[in-house]
Amino acid sequence: MPKLPVLSEWPVARQLVSGDTSGLGASAMSERTRELVPRTASADRVVRSICPYCAVGCGQLVYVKDERIVDIEGDPDSPMSQGCLCPKGAATFQLVTGSHREQHVLYRRPGGREWERIPLARAMDMVAERVKRSRDETFEERIEDPGAKHHGARVRRTLGVAHLGGATLDNEENYLLKKLYTALGVVQVENQARI
Amino acid sequence: MQRMGFFTDTTLCIGCKACEVACKQWNQLPDDGFHFTGMSYDNTGMLGASTWRHVAFVERAAELPGQGSPRDGVEGGARAFGELFPAGQPGPTSLLGHDIQPTHLETPVALGPTERALGKFSWLMLSDVCKHCERAGCLEACPTGAIVRTEFGSVYVQPDVCNGCGYCVSACPFGVVDRREEDGRAWKCTLCYDRLKGGMVPACAKACPTASIQFGELEDLRARARRCVEQLHARGVAEAHLYGEDAASQPGTEGLHAFFLLCDRPEVYNLPPDPVVPTAKVVRSWRSMAAGVLSLAALAMGAVFSARRA
Amino acid sequence: MAECHPVAFRWVMEAKNRGATIIHVDPRFTRTSAVADLHVPIRPGSDIAFLGGLVRHVIENERWFKEYVLHYTNASTLVGERFRDTEDLEGLFSGFDSKSNSYDPETWSYDGVDGVVPAAGHKEVYAEKGAGKESLHGANILERKTDPTLQDPRCVFQILKRHFSRYTPEVVAETCGIPEPLFLEVAETLCRNSGRERTGAFCYAVGWTQHSVGVQYIRTASILQLLLGNIGRPGGGIMALRGHASIQGSTDIPTLFDLLPGYLPMPHSLLPDRGLEQYVKNNRSPSGWWSEMPKYVVSLLKAWFGDAATRENDWGFDLLPRLSGNHSHMTTVSEMADGKVKGYLVVGENPTVGSMHGSLHRKGLRKLDWLVVRDFALTETAEFWRTAPEIARGEVRTEDIQTEVFFFPAAAHTEKDGSFTNTQRCLQWHHRAIEPPGDCRSDLWFVYHLGKRLKRLYADAPGPNAEAIRALTWDYPTKGKDEDPDAEAVLREVNGFTIRDGRPVAGFKELTDDGATACGCWIYSGCYKDGVNQPARRRPQSEQHWVAPEWGWSWPANRRILYNRASADPEGRPWSERKRYVWWDAEKGAWSGYDVPDFIPDRPPSYRPPPGAEGLATLSGDDPFIMQADGKGWLFAPSGLLDGPLPTHYEPEESVLENPLYPQQCNPARMEWHRADNPYHRAFGDPRFPYVVTTYRLTEHHTAGGMSRWLSWLSELQPEMFCEISRELAAEKGLANGRWATITTARGEIECRVLVTERMKPLRVKGRTLHTIGLPYHWSYVGRVRGDPANELIPFVADPNVSIQESKALTANIRAGRHSLGRRSATDGLELRQPEPPRAPPPRDLPGIRTAHRHPPTEPRK
Repeated sequence: MPKLPVLSEWPVARQLVSGDTSGLGASAMSERTRELVPRTASADRVVRSICPYCAVGCGQLVYVKDERIVDIEGDPDSPMSQGCLCPKGAATFQLVTGSHREQHVLYRRPGGREWERIPLARAMDMVAERVKRSRDETFEERIEDPGAKHHGARVRRTLGVAHLGGATLDNEENYLLKKLYTALGVVQVENQARI
Repeated sequence: MQRMGFFTDTTLCIGCKACEVACKQWNQLPDDGFHFTGMSYDNTGMLGASTWRHVAFVERAAELPGQGSPRDGVEGGARAFGELFPAGQPGPTSLLGHDIQPTHLETPVALGPTERALGKFSWLMLSDVCKHCERAGCLEACPTGAIVRTEFGSVYVQPDVCNGCGYCVSACPFGVVDRREEDGRAWKCTLCYDRLKGGMVPACAKACPTASIQFGELEDLRARARRCVEQLHARGVAEAHLYGEDAASQPGTEGLHAFFLLCDRPEVYNLPPDPVVPTAKVVRSWRSMAAGVLSLAALAMGAVFSARRA
Repeated sequence: MAECHPVAFRWVMEAKNRGATIIHVDPRFTRTSAVADLHVPIRPGSDIAFLGGLVRHVIENERWFKEYVLHYTNASTLVGERFRDTEDLEGLFSGFDSKSNSYDPETWSYDGVDGVVPAAGHKEVYAEKGAGKESLHGANILERKTDPTLQDPRCVFQILKRHFSRYTPEVVAETCGIPEPLFLEVAETLCRNSGRERTGAFCYAVGWTQHSVGVQYIRTASILQLLLGNIGRPGGGIMALRGHASIQGSTDIPTLFDLLPGYLPMPHSLLPDRGLEQYVKNNRSPSGWWSEMPKYVVSLLKAWFGDAATRENDWGFDLLPRLSGNHSHMTTVSEMADGKVKGYLVVGENPTVGSMHGSLHRKGLRKLDWLVVRDFALTETAEFWRTAPEIARGEVRTEDIQTEVFFFPAAAHTEKDGSFTNTQRCLQWHHRAIEPPGDCRSDLWFVYHLGKRLKRLYADAPGPNAEAIRALTWDYPTKGKDEDPDAEAVLREVNGFTIRDGRPVAGFKELTDDGATACGCWIYSGCYKDGVNQPARRRPQSEQHWVAPEWGWSWPANRRILYNRASADPEGRPWSERKRYVWWDAEKGAWSGYDVPDFIPDRPPSYRPPPGAEGLATLSGDDPFIMQADGKGWLFAPSGLLDGPLPTHYEPEESVLENPLYPQQCNPARMEWHRADNPYHRAFGDPRFPYVVTTYRLTEHHTAGGMSRWLSWLSELQPEMFCEISRELAAEKGLANGRWATITTARGEIECRVLVTERMKPLRVKGRTLHTIGLPYHWSYVGRVRGDPANELIPFVADPNVSIQESKALTANIRAGRHSLGRRSATDGLELRQPEPPRAPPPRDLPGIRTAHRHPPTEPRK
């Protein structure tokens, strides 16, 4: 049932009561305007984070409501950034919530013209199987090349598998990557840090 | 009513456009098109329905030694609001802590400029925004009451009231208000009205890394701005001046709530040299009209009388 | 700096506010120049000449900080008699082997010392030579000869003085294009802002590193800063402004071929079987902090192989793979293009845009059996088989590409826990805010579950060296329905713990070489001290003093300024009250200060090593550079560098000028890849390519664009690829602002918009006018905004020390209009177009430039 108009809601009355004689101020405000609050005010939690772009390491506050990010802005407590962000940092919200993000594992078969969706677990199995196959096929216990400088030297490695990582990877991620690859004998492990 | 506003010091601007993006992020604004303009690093061109902060770039064949100059110890960014809303916001702090003295020297140890590599050249940047005029043309022109003066002294377009008539667009002497094609309504900077209500600094001022955009109580900002101008004058930047800081300097708008420190003529930054709110001319035009009507009436009467006499 | 690190530039503005003078040296007038006190335009690729000129100015005018230099650097150390400088050998140092284009550094050694192990750089330059030798090199470091009067012609100071004597202001002017008065103003400003009372700092980014002699650029700055006493002191230093959130972390915990975590070198194939002992002998320094290295190696092996690492099996050292040369990025891609690499995992990276010579990269990807790409969106690397220009041109058919491609969507930083290491070495934790959507997973999840699967596959199936995989410790607790591994558990392993009770160690001083401790990265040890996630500390800046030690955690040992012992004088007193930072507290008998002192805590300034001292005992009380074998800052580097103990100006691989300083044109030890699909221009004066190109980033975008080209808020600010050129060049080539231009090298051709600006000015060098073309490199074929990638133009060529490419200075041609019918690239193409006939015999190979078919417009997916 629609709310009945109350006399005090009548603009002229509001104008008189508020003393807003020109009628350009509070008396002209709609209910939405009067009740406006920043959307961060209703956030369920504020999570502390760090900007993922350059290496200045500006502090970020991530506001979450109903398990969705509603705002990302600078953290005033950070001695690095004191709440400031550059345009990229200020665009972090779009980076993490934007529609450009793929949400499915995609697979392109040899000679294929299109992407196909495959389940994550299956893709992981396939990658693990390929890593093993390529590694085992190309594994060198010793350098077997009479012309090579290091002929006969023990190397226990593969040059058939390589890795290139970005530099927005967490330290923990880099650590496990290096650990796993080194155990596999993969030595061609490289990073943006080289570039 | 509090009187809050922006002081934009163009000598501190590094043209990073953090203000543009922080504004878009907070207000969730769409893009304004993807067009290469060829005008220095400015590809958004102007303020519009979806661009509420806009950084202008001016490549100018004159030196400007004052750029990046002292800013009187004022903390920018999030700190700027601390003085005004202490609750929940950290207070302004010196970067120098408990047991160490500031490392100021009275004068910078720099030699005078000798041979400048680019000759006489400077690159001016200005982050433009709605001026929130003391006498706002848009506000006075709005027939629906969609535009209001808030308790912070800012001018706010209520999107739920606006019917898209567009009167405000032509009433703005700065060309700030713009209608969005998709929904027809008028949009412009809100001075982050929602954030202010929640005790937060406007998004652009918070993000600004170099305190080029300073937010605060208008009177404080004016005092600070005048000090900046004095300092720049002392450093030999004679051109430094404020634009629209009060009614005396800009009668046509009765002063701006978002005023600027410029180092060249306003036109160079694409600002009108003498903006006048159209509604300020209304009384005069009514008078002229009345005079016209009266003259016409007199003429008609005269004609009738003279005809009779004839 | 204002361009690429605007928030860090906040502090430069703050410094200016407090009286600092800001000097900006850059080929272009940028947003930084706009607010700097002085902009110094420089010819790309000539910085060593400029910095060398400053070094000469400081020495010749006696502006160096005498006490600092005498006590804290190796200025007084004598170098062996066999050393010959570039002054004597026309641009080469002694020890050069022209067959292998490499140096034997033996003649660079200190007099009477058999090789010194460097703190950084290539320790194995001695490893190869030392393999099999029983004696430790550098064992007699305390017996090195010195001349405290600095008069001996063989002392480092005199060598330095002679070496830089030809870098006069006139030479700087004709090499760099910097007018003499401007150069002298820079030099004087720097000198006046250094010394006891004042300090000066250098900030640099890849404008210094991406050169075929890049490491030596930084070395020149180090020499200058050591001479001026600006290292280890507040307001001093040489700051690398790194470009990615954890690029520092990616170097510390390296995903780099030649390093193990904490800058331990990867083992080399020359080591014998059972090679740990030899590895330690080759890489450990008998003196200085690097003498502790065995503890870090054994603790790493314990962290990786757990119970399977025993004293009997050398802690599993032989399970590790070994290097037999350079396996860096460009070498790998080059081998990929030759079909030698089967599988490639690309995680959060877009090499076809961000790395050099995109078409050679794509050629490599086409030869793979399988490719894994993990990213937010389908990047050019993921889509190389359908949107690449050679596909669009019809030179390569999608159907013919047999590479299997897996694309895994990545979780964002807001969807995972973990730490980034920022450019100040500060680890900061980011907390998970929400669950990742759909199939998006963190890279931690990916590698953990890949490892789980591989361990299962190798559990019973045979495989070469399968015991390494079986022995690998891989038990991390997981959380939630996605079985996300706990990042804190990984951090705990990185920090290190005692084997007996699993207690996290408090720092690397607790690590041992007897298998009692495990530690994943010794320099990070202490980041999980007391079981507390130290990088997650967030004590507000307003509640602590200006060093803010309780925000995050900096390696090593939460130190914010490295080598800060140098902030006090040899007696341990601050150089000045204004610059007080760390000092000797005689009452407490310990070092004290605002920061964690970078020294042995209770070693008094008066301590001198007894004869025959070893290890840490060799460090005197006035040796601030504790990582170095001699505790001194190295003005002259007796080892560690592959291209000379002192920086020398060499021209880029491709230059418009003949080297004005030496007959040797380029860095003699640079890495080149001589392949038909990687053609080089003539070393200088190639008539086909008369202009200099330099590449850079813009504030509004991020590197290869993976995190910016898809976002409307950033893309609209810089929507199209453009080149920046001067009015003079525009007039010369008929280029108009806002119109199209085509830029060509032997590798390929790109088109872009023209931005004609006063901010680019031609330089006058040796009476000639030199034009530079500025190219941002953010765009490519997919994404919200598109454009040609600048990196298509750049060849594979690299610095020998770190294998970094040279993209900041090369030559090219430019003409008006869009690219030609025969859009060219070096890797593909059907017909050969004849190159313009060279006027003189080319100094280097000039393979033909190929042409191909017109590139039809590329339609995006969706």
